[in-house]
Parts: sequence; C-alpha cells; structure tokens
Amino acid sequence: MNRQARTLRRKEPLTDTQLLLTITICIFFAMYIAAMAIWGGGFLRPQQLFDMLNNNASLIICACALTIVMIGGGIDISVGGLTALVVMSCVVFLDDFGGNIFTAVLLSMGIGLAFGCVHGLLISYLEIQPFIVTLAGMFFARGMTTIVSIDPRTAEHAGFLLLKKTRLEIPWLGYIVKKTGKLIPAKIEIGVIVALVIVLIVFFMLKKTRFGRNLYAIGGNSQSALMLGVNVKRTRFLSYLISGLLSGIAGFVYLMHTGAANATVAAGAEMNAIASSIIGGTLLTGGVGNVIGTLFGVLTLTTIKSIVVTSGLRDPWWQTITTGAMLCFFILLQSVVLSNRGKFKLSDLFRKKKTDVILEKN
Amino acid sequence: MQNDVVLKMRGINISFPGVKALSDVDFTLRKGEIHALMGENGAGKSTLIKILTGVYTKDSGQIFIDTDGTESEITIRSPQDAQNKGISTVYQEITLCPNLTVAENIYISRGEGSLVNWKKMEKDAGALLERLNIPARPRQQLGSCSLAVQQMIAIARAVDMDCKVLILDEPTSSLDEKEVAMLFGLMRDLKAQGVGIIFVTHFLEQVYEVCDRITVLRNGELVGEYEIENLPQVQLVAKMMGKELDDLTDMDKKEFVPVQDAAPVFEASGLTSSDCPNPFDFSISKGEVNGFTGLLGSGRSESVRAIFGADRVTGGKVKVNGKPVKISKPIHAMKHGIGYLAEDRKRDGIIADLSVRENIILALQVLKGFFRPFSRSEAEAFAEEYVKALAIKTASLDTPIKSLSGGNQQKVILARWLLTHPQYLILDEPTRGIDIGTKVEIQKLVLKLAEDGVSVTFISSEIEEMVRTCSRLLVMRDRKIVGELVGPAVQQSVIMKTIAGGGD
Repeated sequence: MNRQARTLRRKEPLTDTQLLLTITICIFFAMYIAAMAIWGGGFLRPQQLFDMLNNNASLIICACALTIVMIGGGIDISVGGLTALVVMSCVVFLDDFGGNIFTAVLLSMGIGLAFGCVHGLLISYLEIQPFIVTLAGMFFARGMTTIVSIDPRTAEHAGFLLLKKTRLEIPWLGYIVKKTGKLIPAKIEIGVIVALVIVLIVFFMLKKTRFGRNLYAIGGNSQSALMLGVNVKRTRFLSYLISGLLSGIAGFVYLMHTGAANATVAAGAEMNAIASSIIGGTLLTGGVGNVIGTLFGVLTLTTIKSIVVTSGLRDPWWQTITTGAMLCFFILLQSVVLSNRGKFKLSDLFRKKKTDVILEKN
Repeated sequence: MQNDVVLKMRGINISFPGVKALSDVDFTLRKGEIHALMGENGAGKSTLIKILTGVYTKDSGQIFIDTDGTESEITIRSPQDAQNKGISTVYQEITLCPNLTVAENIYISRGEGSLVNWKKMEKDAGALLERLNIPARPRQQLGSCSLAVQQMIAIARAVDMDCKVLILDEPTSSLDEKEVAMLFGLMRDLKAQGVGIIFVTHFLEQVYEVCDRITVLRNGELVGEYEIENLPQVQLVAKMMGKELDDLTDMDKKEFVPVQDAAPVFEASGLTSSDCPNPFDFSISKGEVNGFTGLLGSGRSESVRAIFGADRVTGGKVKVNGKPVKISKPIHAMKHGIGYLAEDRKRDGIIADLSVRENIILALQVLKGFFRPFSRSEAEAFAEEYVKALAIKTASLDTPIKSLSGGNQQKVILARWLLTHPQYLILDEPTRGIDIGTKVEIQKLVLKLAEDGVSVTFISSEIEEMVRTCSRLLVMRDRKIVGELVGPAVQQSVIMKTIAGGGD
C-alpha cells in the first residue's frame, strides 16, 4: 500500500497537452512582461488586459468551440458566419419583432444548435468531411445574414442597450488620471464574464466528463476509440452540436459588445479562432489541446497585435502579417517539441544526475 | 459437459463483395479453457473474431452466450455491445489511444455516470498494474510506454472488465520471450478463474504451450475442433494448409562460398544513425544470405535502417561494389540497387488505399521519376507478372491493398522490391503476422533469390527461420553486434547462447 501510494504521488512527465499548455502560458507572460518593460504606459494598467478581454469575448467563445471540435480531430469554420447570423437576427428580433433579452438569448442558442445539429449529423452519421460541411454552413449563414437584413442595423431596444452598457467595475484595479486626480475604475463587460464562465465549463467538461475524455480518445485515434467501446459517432456529433451552441452564444456576446450588425460582422473570426486554438496548444490532428491554452492563445494573439500597434506599425496589414508569423512560429515550436519528446527531457536539467547522487554519498 | 460451454457460434455465414469470407462455421468455447483459433491468412480467423466483437455483422447464423447457467442467443451490434455482453478483445495492433494516460486507457467508456473520477481511476489502475506486474504508471501518457507494455495494458483492460470471453488476437507478436511468459502466466490465472480465452496466433509452439483445444479454419470453412493432445504439430500444419507438409524439410540451403576476389556488394564501416548510436561494420557478398538476430529491441531493425538510410545517418563509410558512395536517404540506397522491406508493414510498407497494381510499381516508379509515369498497360504487365509469380491472392489488380490479408499484403510489398531487380535486398521481419504457408514460400523465395545472385539480409524473430535461410548471422545485444556466426555455427543453440551472452 505504501509503495503504491508512493508510485501514485511520483511526478509524472507532462502529457503532450500539458506540455503545450505550459509553453503557451510561458510565452504569453514573457511577451506581456516584455511589453510592460519596453512600452510601459497602457501595458502597465490592468485595464489594458481587460480591454483585450472586452474586445475579444466573442472570439474567446468561438475559439472554445474550435478547441472542442479540433480535439475531436475535426474542424468547424462556420463559427464566424454563425456569429454574424446570430448578431443580425437578434438585432432584427429585438427591434422589429418586440423580442426581449431572454428570448433573444434563446434565439441565439437556437440558431447555433440548429446549425450544430445539421453539421453534426452530416459529419458524424453521413461521414462527410467536416471542412466541406462547415464551409457550406459558413456560406449558408453568411447568406442568411443578408436575407435577415440587407442594411446594417443598430440595436435600439432599451433593455438591451442597458445590458450592453453594464460594466463590472473594480476600483482597486483602476488608475488615477494625473490631471484631474479622478479614479477611473477597471471595467469589465458582461460578455467577458460569460466568456470566462464558458471557458471554465468547457475546461471542466473536457477534463472531468466522459464526453470530454471520449473526445480526446477519438481525436487521438478514432479507430482505437471505437474498439475501446467509445460511441465515436455520438461523441463527434455532440462536439459539433456544442460548437454550434457556443457560436450562437458568441454571436450574442458580440452584439453586447458592438450593438451593431451588418453582413461582414465577425469576418474571419473562424480563422482567428483556429489560430488562437493552435497557439493555445491544440493540435489540428486532434487528441491534444486545452481550453485554458485557448484563452491564452486569444490573449497572446491580441497582445501581439497591440504590441505591433504600440510599436508604431499602425497599418492593419502589419497585424495580419504578425499573426501569420506568430502562427508559423507556434506550429514549428510545437512540432519540434513534440517530435523531440523523450530524447531530451527538460526535467533532466533540474533533476540530479545519478552520478551526482553517488558522488554526494561518497 | 454441455453446461461448461460459455460461447457457442453456429452456422456463421458472412460475405464481402466478391468473397465468401465464412461459410457455415461453428465454434464452441468452454469455461476455463484456452482455445486456439488457427488457420492460414485469409482462412477467416479475423473475420470470425470481428463478428464476435461486433465490428462485422454476420449474414446468418446464431451466437449463444452462457449467463449464470442459462444459455441465450445474442446479437452483437458494436464493440461496446460486445464488451457489455462479456466479450473483450485484445488486438494485434494496439487499439489504445496514445494521447491519453495509462489509467484512462484502462477505464475509458466503462462504468456509470457521466463524470470521470480521476482519483479513483488512477488508484484502481495502479493496483491493477501492480497486481499484473505491468511496468507502467497510471498517470503516464500511453504513447510514452513501449509497444510491449501498451499491449499488456490492453490486456489489463480486458482482464479488468470481468469478461467471460477474452479474445487475444496475435497478442504475442510484439512481445519478447520474457513478456510472453508473463502473458502466459496471466492467461493461466484467468483460465483458473473460469474465463474462456480465444487465442489467435501464428506461433505454433505457443499454441502447444498454453492451449487446451484447437479449432482450425481453412478458406472460410471449419476444418474441425481438436483436443491438443490428439493433434501433433505436424498434423495441425497439414490441416491448416490442407496438404501434407513436407515443404519445410525439402528446403535446403546451400553452403555459401563467396567469390574470392570480388568486392562485397555492400560494405559499411563504422556506420551510425540517429537511432543506432553504436558504430558497426557490415558487409555482404553477392548471392549471400545473412541476417541480424537478437532479442526484440536489440537494434536489429535500427541497423538495417541505417544501411538503407531510413534513419538519419550520422557517420560511417559505405561502399557499394567496392566504390565509396553516400547513402543518407532511402532514394540513394534504391539508386544503388538496394531494396528494404520494412518491419512495420502498415506504417512503412503498404499504401492502404492504393490498388495492388499501384503498390507494386511504386518503388520502380520512384526510381524512374514521377514525371515519367508508366503507362497503364506497362504497369498492369508488371503487376500481373508478380501477382502470378508470388501467387498473390487478390480479387483483381485494382483491389485496394488494404482489403488483402496480411500475408498477401506482404507479398505485394515483396513484389514491389523484386520489380526493381535489386542486387541487395533487406527483409526486415517479412514473415511476421503471416500464415505458415506464406512463411515457407517467402523463405524459399529468399533462397532462390540468393541462387540467382541477389544478396539478402534477413531478419526474423523466429530463430528457426534464420537458421533455415542464413549462412551468416550477426548477433546483436543491447544495440551492439556481439557475435558473428558463420556456416555450421548457425544453429539454434549457438545463437541462443550468443544472444544470452554465455560466451563472455
């Protein structure tokens, strides 16, 4: 018993998922601290971090959706289109059809679930390539957005505007404007809280539920998973269903941030979400990934962008170029790290060599 | 007697497009017995197993399982369903998920509730691994375990599921002797607990070591069920092949005498690669058959991979026909007339979705260059020639190779290399996981090639095969060449001694 307890307590080498997560978190902090040291100013204020979250709450939720699907070895590129459709539908619903906030939320989730359900059925039960299915879903959703309203719209529903304006204020993280001596508290939007709660729920789901573990299994090797008795089809179906649901929520969160809708809302969001997931340590090949990493992936991506802007490269293409370079760097790093596993152990640096121990004894 | 039966299959039929895979097969498994399911490749063993595990659905026939003394007919819909009904399987290829932890692999998709209790799972897994003496830790990522350990974890999973029927499909093909002994110990324990075990293997000795009964299949039909005492090994082989087996005895290797002053076909000195850190010297003459032998993991495959440039070559000098050359990639080796049949057929050999024809011409096409493709009729002529020469059983030249049986897949890969007319052919475990008939054919082919002047390096886990074919053996231990046996010294007992290091 004693021996067994000891074996259990022994430090295990990190799994691939944990290793990639650690790398992402370290790089994010290194980058952020470097930015604080070099540019100071905005980076020193907590509000900078909160603004990153405020501006990207819906991206975080989309990236969670992508992480789930990618862990299962699939892909969902409809999240951006779906976000746009939900944003437009909600504005029209609230303003023209007298909907209230509660039913608008239900509508967002309903649209997401409907798309997710169709994607899931086609992909897992009819075994069509996920890329094609969700590409079709993306075009369909974008097209539907224009049908719902061809003109750009702005939300005017009073209750919704109130919700949109609501901020969680944290005075002690705020800063004092030097000229007036006034304290401006740190402000967090409702959407951020929704996003963070979703991150936590998804984290729990992936770590603790059977569905989550089955998802890793089918992403690792779907044939083996089948042999192990995992219901591969249902698990895959559920992953797309959840992805759809999250995209719907992301749409509502997006609307809470901007309050405006047009046909190009969240353009390219799916690509940003994929990039964030990958930077966060999720492998496109499936089976490896973590939603906490995804959160840091979004933050890393955003930090890079604000560093680019702060350093004076204000033209928008610099941001996309940096994103590209960043993505390339991370993929390279991941593949180098994973392919060299076992050949060189980081922990060996910290662990005493056997010879050292023997020398000490003598 | 009838009450002892735990599993009964009656009149099982199944066909695939173009093939009747099983016709009217009966199978009976009793409580607490180890029952060998034997047959050549393509005899229908795997198909029968897959019906039992719910991967295939039978066309007709009945399956009965005994639950607490009452016999009831069951239908097996999926692998999950089979597990629930007490039928567990451990496959030849590891069917676990390498990205999950050891504990998860043991407990995934089992138990109630939708939450995972990590603490309990890891504790239980720890206890189970310890009880079965498996050198793995519950929280270790499965991919970091050796193949043999992964196999044992798969067995641990099956054992832990309180199965009534345990199917072991070629479980020993990736285990070394010590591990096989451990596995057999485990099987006997389970047998004592009343589990019925179906054991599928190509190793005849292993069948006679642990099994109680044998069921023999041939060409999708039942040949018969025998008590092990009543069926001597020779007769078993005869039943499997459907003919009397004198093939083994008439195979006679000739004493090899190298041409005196000719430079060796291939010569390497101080060769090292990323996976083979210890420098080694090696040479082979025209028409010679030599081999690397040693225990699993002793560096046999790594050595020949270094010769072929399949791993990153880090040092050493190489000469082909006396001329110094550089081989750092397989294509270099191929251009010098070297062929390499890789150990892992699934990974390094077949291209599963391509047809037999495309798989056969692949190596030659690579040598010719992809921008000068063979015409369809040329390719067909090549393929046809070798399908005939090697008696490859395939529905047509356009059949995807994945639908062929293991032995026939191996022959296709052999054909691929023979088509390039190599002067030096490396065969790494060409007989693994294939039936005895094909094994004999391949060994004969090796000897025939040597007669025709091709040099062959042959690697096999079965020492008898090496003794039968090789005139010179390099014995490896711990990734080093520890001995070289020539001519009369190539005998089972001498090899064993050298491997064990008795001479030191």
